[in-house]
Amino acid sequence: MSARPAGAATEPVGPADGPVVPEMVPSHQHVDAPPPPGRRLAGAGVLAVAGLACILGWGLGAGERAEAGFRVAGDTGAFTLPVPGTPIALGVAVLLVAAWQAVRGFPRRWAPFVVAFAAVCFVVSFLCWAQSGAAGAGVDITRILRASVFLATPLILGALAGVLCERSGVVNVAIEGQMLLGAFAGAVGASLAASLGVGVVAAVVAGALMGVLLALFALKYRVDQVILGVVLNALALGLTGWAYEALLQRDPQRYNSPNGFLQPIAIPLLSDIPVLGPLLFNQNIIVYLMFALIVVVDVVLFRTRWGLRTRAVGEHPKAAATVGIRVLRVRWVNVIAGGALAGLAGAFLSIGTIGTFTDNMSAGKGFIALAAVIFGRWSPRGATAAALLFGFATALQQLVGTLQTPVPVPSSLLAMLPYLVTVFAVAGLVGRVRPPAASNQPYPAR
Amino acid sequence: MTTERATTARRGRTGEWLVTLLAVVGALLVGAVLIAIGDERTRTAAGYFFSYPLDTFTEAGWAVVEAYTALFHGAVFNPAQTGSVWAALRPLSETLVNATPLVLAGLSVALAFRTGLFNIGAQGQIILGAICAAWIGFALDLPVGLHLLLALVGGILGGALWGGLVGWLKARTGAHEVITTIMLNYIALNLLGFLLGVPGFQRPPYGQAISETVDPTARLPLLLGGGLRLHLGLLLAALAAAGAWWLLTRSTPGFRLRAVGANPDAARTAGINVGRTQVLAMALAGGLAGLAGSTQVLGVTGSVTGSVAGTIGFDAITVALLGRNSPAGVVGAALLFGGLRAGAVQMQSVSGVPVDLVGVLQALIVLFIAAPALVRTVFRVRTGAGAGSQLALGGAR
Repeated sequence: MSARPAGAATEPVGPADGPVVPEMVPSHQHVDAPPPPGRRLAGAGVLAVAGLACILGWGLGAGERAEAGFRVAGDTGAFTLPVPGTPIALGVAVLLVAAWQAVRGFPRRWAPFVVAFAAVCFVVSFLCWAQSGAAGAGVDITRILRASVFLATPLILGALAGVLCERSGVVNVAIEGQMLLGAFAGAVGASLAASLGVGVVAAVVAGALMGVLLALFALKYRVDQVILGVVLNALALGLTGWAYEALLQRDPQRYNSPNGFLQPIAIPLLSDIPVLGPLLFNQNIIVYLMFALIVVVDVVLFRTRWGLRTRAVGEHPKAAATVGIRVLRVRWVNVIAGGALAGLAGAFLSIGTIGTFTDNMSAGKGFIALAAVIFGRWSPRGATAAALLFGFATALQQLVGTLQTPVPVPSSLLAMLPYLVTVFAVAGLVGRVRPPAASNQPYPAR
Repeated sequence: MTTERATTARRGRTGEWLVTLLAVVGALLVGAVLIAIGDERTRTAAGYFFSYPLDTFTEAGWAVVEAYTALFHGAVFNPAQTGSVWAALRPLSETLVNATPLVLAGLSVALAFRTGLFNIGAQGQIILGAICAAWIGFALDLPVGLHLLLALVGGILGGALWGGLVGWLKARTGAHEVITTIMLNYIALNLLGFLLGVPGFQRPPYGQAISETVDPTARLPLLLGGGLRLHLGLLLAALAAAGAWWLLTRSTPGFRLRAVGANPDAARTAGINVGRTQVLAMALAGGLAGLAGSTQVLGVTGSVTGSVAGTIGFDAITVALLGRNSPAGVVGAALLFGGLRAGAVQMQSVSGVPVDLVGVLQALIVLFIAAPALVRTVFRVRTGAGAGSQLALGGAR
């Protein structure tokens, strides 16, 4: 966060003849500059609104049912929270935090924790309210978290694709199109070969081919990469839409009926761990691949020679070329690898989730992945966390759709939730970020 | 690009035209391959390709000729429909009806481009414009003329609000407009979905997701009789194009927009308020897109459904890129794509080629234009145009 080296050795230049008096050595202390009052009060305002929403909306607006049920997993660990006591208490807690922020201001590095605290209070209050309408089965916490991981999988894979490309200096707006073509190739490949494994491979290859197109036009023909990405998205949308109408719809038996979809594979022993077991070790193969790929991309980018070269090429291609790195080759490989990752994300959408391909089935997930890249500041870990946040927002939206809330919430408004979270995240929490310096810069420069 | 000598510029412009033409030809060629692949009889013939290879090509040729003929008939002129003047004019009228919102939304994207902003949010701005125009159109009771005017202004303001929000977020917090516009597209779509379920906006008896019908006093008058759909929106689009040209080339705010687009740091040094200029650009862009939505509702559909914006907002990006972000170019590109859209309907009904083919053609045309070097390699021509890509966002963002 703070780029200032804290203990930068500044040798005190004393008089040449006299000894250096120890007391004169300046001791460096890391002091956070207090946030500017405008920003401080704006943050306090947002927190206060969240707190008031908890009290007035979720607390006092609750229905007749005086408790909200939660379960850790299945039938175990059931507990109930009193309503409207819980939302009011949590709202007051958030208001206290807001008051502290308004008066003194939290240090900058505390911001994520403050936001996380407020968000958790808000979500719990909301779930209390959502259940207060009628008696229900209660909210299964493990199930929401499992759905979050499941729904975040294509976003994480897409975000990893974006991180790989952008770290090497190529903006990949085409994640959406790569996903869509991957989903298409996955369903068609699995149908033609009657094998889901072939489908996954076909999806990865299709995504990589889109990566080849991106690399060709961005690196050889030096087209503006953002424009190129949008055009490639349009191309993928048009191609799959055309093929869907011309082939898949006319002969669905042959082209669009994969043999089911990828089933969860329970890993023996590990899947029996409470909470974490179903969450992490009872998912389908692409989710496991995703776990592995997060680690692989993170290690490759930050612990290997290739990763160092990739980042060098993304920050300062000329300097990298000077020390003998083949800039375009590094970019080509990263862009194609990114395409393959996004293709895998596409496979998850079609044969990983429902089995068949439907028109425009990526539905903006590639763009949310792109937002996750920015939100996660171009690091695999950050992007994964951001994607999980969006996955959680979507899971929450799906859950609330099944609950009988005191006031019916229209599904359209709920469907806005992940997108609103994205806007708030990008505008409110991220702000001005610094992308890799050479992203969207053609090389060699004109 | 700005201070080229006249001769170079002229040669460059002919080069641009040639590249554009070749890009269209190239896209149609790739489209022909797709038509052949999608054709049932061609695929059957390909089954026995090694016995009678000629059959495959004959069938493919017929399929392509049939499809592209229908495309032309639907877009420009159909020799089979010459019973009356109206019937003969129908394809052109349809082309213009399709081109009208594309001109407006294309101007929206182009204006933002010239300021160095990438407005992918025309879709959402169109939706907001359509919502506002429709609501004023059916909820208020006003005399002829005033009602229409107010509905149009409302639509423009709705779009301007949605676009200005993006500019404000960008100027205030640095949020990248590519992300925020895309998210606001989905938010607008869901907002529309929500409104279409609310009594007062939804049309009784509340069975369908369709809004109330706009009053006749707020409808854009039709320009030609005889059942042709051509409406006053075309003239509004032409006015908007002229206005955008004046704004960009002859006015002080337009100069600021271009300065910020060319180099925001230099613009800031020169005393231009970059943030305010970005907000202005996005509000103007949103207003134009909002007007596109209004003309769709007030001129064509008369009510709002979930698909009121269709794919206009995304086609507008390709229109702006094809038109090289100049108002005149946008008008030309919109006419081309409007024609393709109008012809595609005929093509699907006659030869069964899905409308989606047009999306592929559009993307390919822009892709080829973005890489003039590729076009020159493929067609082995030399043009006087510059070496690199003609398409780039104005300066760094």
